[in-house]
Amino acid sequence: MKRQEGALRLMMEQAQLGDARAYRTLLEQLSSLLRLHLRRKLVQMGRNAANAEDLVQEVLMAVHARRDTYDPSEPFTPWLYAIARYKLIDHLRRSKMAHAEGPLDAAEAMSDGFDHTAVESGIDMEKLLATIPQHSQRVIRDVKLDGRSVAEAAAREGITEAAAKVRIHRGLKAMTVAIGGRLWREDR
Amino acid sequence: MKTADLINRLTVDLKPVDYRRASRALGLAFAAGSLAAVAAICLTLGLRPDLREPHALGFLMLKLVFAAGVAATAFLLLLRLARPGQARRSSNLVAALPFVGIVLLAVLDLSATPGAQWAALIAGHAWPKCMVIILVMAAAPYALMVLALRWGAPTELWRTGALAGLLAGGVSASAYALACGDDSLPFVACWYSSAILMCGVIGGMLGQRLLRW
Repeated sequence: MKRQEGALRLMMEQAQLGDARAYRTLLEQLSSLLRLHLRRKLVQMGRNAANAEDLVQEVLMAVHARRDTYDPSEPFTPWLYAIARYKLIDHLRRSKMAHAEGPLDAAEAMSDGFDHTAVESGIDMEKLLATIPQHSQRVIRDVKLDGRSVAEAAAREGITEAAAKVRIHRGLKAMTVAIGGRLWREDR
Repeated sequence: MKTADLINRLTVDLKPVDYRRASRALGLAFAAGSLAAVAAICLTLGLRPDLREPHALGFLMLKLVFAAGVAATAFLLLLRLARPGQARRSSNLVAALPFVGIVLLAVLDLSATPGAQWAALIAGHAWPKCMVIILVMAAAPYALMVLALRWGAPTELWRTGALAGLLAGGVSASAYALACGDDSLPFVACWYSSAILMCGVIGGMLGQRLLRW
């Protein structure tokens, strides 16, 4: 990321001056960066990552329309990711956080990607946990906050590993809806 | 549409852009809003008649330092908030400084006066008028700031709207100070501050709708 910053910044400055070739290279690099970033975010939030490409395009269009709001004396990547975040929230609001799709097997992958430090600081993990049923709370606390394995957590609860995964999956899904409702309200 | 096609479309016929445009728009809106507010006061209430007296002039200056200070700090923060990615590195605390200053002064003033006079010092002659005029007159500068923010790309709408509201309230209160004959620190700390803060809250709520892009 650090190494990219310099190159991206240079291309953006050229693009602001009207250099179409630098701009094309920039957009091509941004689209792959954004694709990875947005896919990860969507998966973290328990959303269908198939929408990532639409979102990539939306962010590229926003970057294009607002390219004059980048101040060349400031770092470029924070500018890009702030736009990406804004458009992601916009997207989530429009799809109204309907429901998470995806098979149950995804629970493992999804929970692996669920990094609680990534949850926006304004959202209190404890309050969020309190919105879901107690039995899910315990398993999520074990696995996500205390770093136990799924097998350990299942043993502590006296349930099978598959059942523990189901609880994690449902709990995270409910928490996602809770975050979504909050983002939606905050941003209106 | 494929992303590659989109990139083709966006890069065809690329025009140079000026990154200073958003800041310039904000500056213009700030200036125009201030002029509008001063003109409105001069045309309706008129300047206070006792401006030749040093005491009155001194109090006018004090009110101006406070109210214009609020507007100026809000303006500096807005220059950052209008651009994505700079919000996190700018602190709202700066905007609170003028309020802290005026409240401290008011407390000092009150502590030096007998308690029996406090009510008179705080209520002044015309606090409801002060509140209403500051709130009403903030509308024009707020609208101008919102229009100017459309040249930018704010990503924190509540915060941006609230700062635009504080700026408008500060501008409006500065203009009102030209006419206001209530010369007491507790009065300013109480009514000027609450009127400006209300502008901020209303600005934030409206901003969430008005500033979307």
